[in-house]
Formats: sequence, structure tokens, C-alpha cells
Amino acid sequence: MTSSSTPASDAARQRPDRDVIIGVRDLVVGFGDKTIVKGLNLDVYRGEVLGVVGGSGQGKSVLTRTILGLTPARSGSVQVFGQNRDMLSPLERRALEQRWGVLFQNGALFSGLTVKQNIQMPMRETRDLSERLMDELALLKLELVGLSLDAADKFPSELSGGMVKRAALARALALDPELVFLDEPTSGLDPISAAEFDELIGTLQQTLGLTVFMVTHDLDSLYSICDRVAALAEGRVIAAGPLETLLASNHPWLKAYFHGVRGGRLTAARVEQKDEQWKPAPTTP
Amino acid sequence: MTVAAMQRPPKVARQSSAEGVRLALSGDWTLVASHRLEEEGRRIVEEARLDRMVAIDLSQVSQLDTAGAWLINRARHDLAGRDVAVTLKDVRPEYSTLLEETHYRDFVAPSRPRFNVIFVLLADFGESIVDALREFYRGVGFLGEFVSSMMYVAANPRRFRLTSLVAQIELVGFRSVPIIVLINILVGGIVAQQGIFQLLKFGASSYSVSLIGILVLRELGVLLTSIMIAGRSGSAITAELGSMKMREEIDALLVMGLSPIEVLIAPRVLGLVISLPILTFIADIAALFGGMVVSWWYGGISPAAFASLLKEAIALHTFLVGIIKAPFMALVIGLIASMDGLATQGSAESLGRQVTSSVVKSIFMVIVMDGLFAVFFAAIDY
Repeated sequence: MTSSSTPASDAARQRPDRDVIIGVRDLVVGFGDKTIVKGLNLDVYRGEVLGVVGGSGQGKSVLTRTILGLTPARSGSVQVFGQNRDMLSPLERRALEQRWGVLFQNGALFSGLTVKQNIQMPMRETRDLSERLMDELALLKLELVGLSLDAADKFPSELSGGMVKRAALARALALDPELVFLDEPTSGLDPISAAEFDELIGTLQQTLGLTVFMVTHDLDSLYSICDRVAALAEGRVIAAGPLETLLASNHPWLKAYFHGVRGGRLTAARVEQKDEQWKPAPTTP
Repeated sequence: MTVAAMQRPPKVARQSSAEGVRLALSGDWTLVASHRLEEEGRRIVEEARLDRMVAIDLSQVSQLDTAGAWLINRARHDLAGRDVAVTLKDVRPEYSTLLEETHYRDFVAPSRPRFNVIFVLLADFGESIVDALREFYRGVGFLGEFVSSMMYVAANPRRFRLTSLVAQIELVGFRSVPIIVLINILVGGIVAQQGIFQLLKFGASSYSVSLIGILVLRELGVLLTSIMIAGRSGSAITAELGSMKMREEIDALLVMGLSPIEVLIAPRVLGLVISLPILTFIADIAALFGGMVVSWWYGGISPAAFASLLKEAIALHTFLVGIIKAPFMALVIGLIASMDGLATQGSAESLGRQVTSSVVKSIFMVIVMDGLFAVFFAAIDY
């Protein structure tokens, strides 16, 4: 398996003819008299890992929730797998929802079920499988996400934060979705676990051919596994593209994000490691 | 792109040729096919189990996911166990990683020790008795903690949370008034109707007024109110404290050096202790009113006659017997609700269990207390 610490090949990244899996057009979302997402456009292509970054309160979570259909949009359209949710019958909508998996920020594991039961939940509810196969698949998924098998019969409250994330990822992958939403997958993990988790997402993405929509604050994740990055500010996408493009951008928020005190240190460190194809923007000390 | 409509079911086709047996797999080997996928996985084994050498041809497989790859690998493993040599042919590069990752392995489920059913039943029974005793012990301890923290507040009145107490009184007392009034009017009416109906046989229907007065004031008013409040406010307290416990808010208080009993429980329990007697009084009035209306309309006893009969039947102590019980009931409800709330563990299920147990226990204890009071008042001849 290729090391996942390098992003997918440049050739794959630059194919213009790729399927659009998520297409967001002129999306407006707000609550009460506050508009949070203001005319947002975004495309996510098949097979890529898209990182979504943005300051707190800039609409990352609202965008994710709107794509998932948890928050209604005021106007604009969201197409997932080429279908507009609002136009679908309840049955078609359910079929659509079985094609994606979601990892919520705090895992959202069902607290009354064991880890194994959590992973089996989507299979049990939507597929007609034998107990044996469900057990095997659940344990296989558990191994895929790097959890030991004795975690299978534990309840979520008995797991550590990192284990909860892994178990929740296993549940998100239960039906082998084509598209996975990850909401801050590495938040709350120590740097070693976070790096492992990044690698895991990269490996799974390549093994299962997933498309990943990842909201993150973790600059390391952006560097190591994202093919493209979309930056959100003031309710719009201010820049989207390979990380290099964003790093070279002169937008004040992007400069502060990547070349600020914390980002700058990382960027500088990464630049030394990486090939010299692009010149880093001057870093502020 | 409607992929769901374009499902190609997974298939296995056996082809014998000079080179040997070939199993051609085709279609979508994905979980979408559900039990169909499992059957086809078994068919691989069935078709090939009597051969020496089998080539599984994957060139026609249009989609493959972990479940499909796992079933193919499981079939390969099963065949290897029957001394059939299996080779995979025409595996697309993107499938080969998946097939590698899902290579067959035995999942040894951690074995759970088994016990005799009777043994388990007896152990359960014993455990529940020990639990009940322990619960009682904890209850007494909790009461002590509550009293000591109340003494502390009494010594340092500035630490008393008046705002919080007033909010609780509004929530527990004021907002319960409509439902308490309603059920008590109804129950007062029902007692009156039954009393008149039954006593009419003896020509003593006017005694129904004494029946209503004594029954309502001594027992029904306070009992109905307590049960209502145990269900309405006791459950709320347990759920509130329980979810605070689940989200570590209680721990946050503890590490700030604040006592959850003082901050959270004292205002709630005190709110109950103050509200319940007032609610009981309101309940008494409502039930008597209900009784009066029904006596007038059903038994032909005019309100004026009802009032004078009532005056003869009851004395101040009849009313006091009821009202004295109210604060004790409140204390029991409040303490049980708080204790159960704090005993909540991590899961949502545990919260549900605690709320149920809190309501059941407090209603049970309210009735037990009422019985104890009845014995006590009889003994002192009050």
C-alpha cells in the first residue's frame, strides 16, 4: 500500500472530467435574522479527499449539516450523487442516505449499544444478512479502523476519545458508503493518534475508493491527506484547490491561517520536507 | 445517475474447460444485494468443492465492497480447507488492495463464562436485596449530607441561592397548579358521587359530606398532590441532574470546590418542601369544591347545607393531618430524585432507567410514608 502521508498523485488531482459527487450552488442558510451561509458554491469530486477549513462560526458545520439534510436551506441547491434531496421521494432519499457515512465530531455512538451493535445497526436495519456475516463484517470493520477485537463488546462510555472516533468511523463505514463526511476527525486526539487517524483515513480512502468530505482545523491533516482544500469565510468559499494554491494565496484570512503563528511554524517545517516545486510565501515570524 | 436502479445482482457461473474449472463472478458484489450476496458467496464453495483446482475470475465484477471481498475470501478459505487449490484471475488493481485488506481471519469472539440458570437467578435475587439495602444506606447518607449542607447554609445565609429557589418554586409549585386543581376537582367529584350513591342505601346520603371532608383533607389531597409531583417534578429533577452528570457538569462543580448538593440539590428540594404544602392546600380546596358541586347536582345538597355539614364533620386537626405530611413527602421525593439523578452512568439508557426508578421509588415511598403517618396519628389519637 502506498504511504498515505503523500497526497494522491498529481495526475489524479488535475483530471478535469471527474464526477461531481456533491454540488452546492448558491446556497443560503440562516437562522432567524442571521444568515450564516451566503451564496456558497462548492464541488466535491469522486475519489478525492476534500478538506474544509474556516474560522469558528464561518459556516463549516452549517454547510455540512445542510448537505446532510439536517438543516434546511433558505435558497440554492445541494446535489449529492447528482440528485437533489428536496426533489426525492422519502424512499429515494433513504436510498441516498445509505450511500454516505457520517462521522460526527463527538462520535454520536448510540450509548445504549455496544461497539459491535453500533456498527451492525445500519446493516441490521437496511440489509438482510445472517448474524454470522454481520458479526464478521463488524469485526472486520473494527480491525480496518485499528481497534482491537475486545473493544467489540464494550459500551461507548467505556472507550477513550480516540477509540470512540475509530468506532464511530467503523460505523460510518458499515455499509461501505461511497461518500464519507468527517466532522473534525482528529479534534481531541493526541498528535500521535491524530497522525494515525489521518493515515487510517488515507488508507481506507484508497482501499475502499471513498470520497471524503472532511471538516477540520488540523493543519497536519490538510498537509497529509487532503487532495483539495476549500476555505470558508463570511459564508462563502473564498478559495478552493490544492493546498499549494491556497498557501500561495494573498487573501488575508488564508495568510493568517497558514502563515500565522501556529500555521507558519508547520508550513515552514513542511516546506523543508517537501519538494521545491513551489516557493513558500514569506512566513511571519 | 440512478445507480440504485441499475443494480446488477451478483452471480457465479461455472465453466469447465481444458484448463480446468473456472468460476466467473459477475455483477455487483456489494452489500446492496443483501442476502443474495451471502448466497452467492456460499455458491462459490458449493460449485467448486469437488474440484481439485479452481480459478475464480473477477473480470466481470462491476463493483466490489468489503462485504463482497470478505465473502470471496471466506469462500477461498473454505475451499482451501477442502484441499481445493484456488487462484484469483483478472483482479482489477483497485480490487486487489481491498481483497488483501479483507483476507480471511478467524474472529475468536472473547468467550463469555456460562453459568447455570438457577445460579444466575439466585445470584440476581441476592444482588437485588443487597442493592436495595445499599440504596437505603446511601439514602440515609444522602439525607445526612443534605441536612449538614442545609445547616451550613443556615449558618452562612449569604450562600443561600434565593434566585434559584424562587425559580424552582415557580417551576414545581406555580406551574403545577392547573393540573393539580383539575385532578382534585375530578377526584373530589368522584368521591362525592360514590359516597352519595352508596350511602343512599342506608338513607344516610348527607354523611357523604363528612366522607368527602375527612377523606380529602386527611389523605387524598396530599397523596394525589405528592404522586403528581413525584411524576412531574421528581422525574424532571432526575433527568436534569442525570444529564448534567453525563456531561461532566457535576464534576465541573466538584473541581471548582462547589458542592452539588448546595448548588443544585438544596434549591430543588427546598423548592419542593415549600411548594408541596401550598399545592396540598390548593388541592384540598379544589377537591372540596368538586365534591360540593357534585353533591349539589347529584345529591341535591345545596352549597349552604354542604358548608354547614362540612363544618360539623371536620376540625382544624383534620386539615393539619394532611398538611403536616406534605413537607415530608416533598423531602422524600426530592431526595430520591436527586440521588437517582446523580447515580446516572454514561449511557442514555441509564438515564432512562434512573428516571423510571426515581418516579417508581418516590411514589412507593410516598405511600409508605402515608401509611406510617396513619399509624402515628392513630397512636397519638390525633
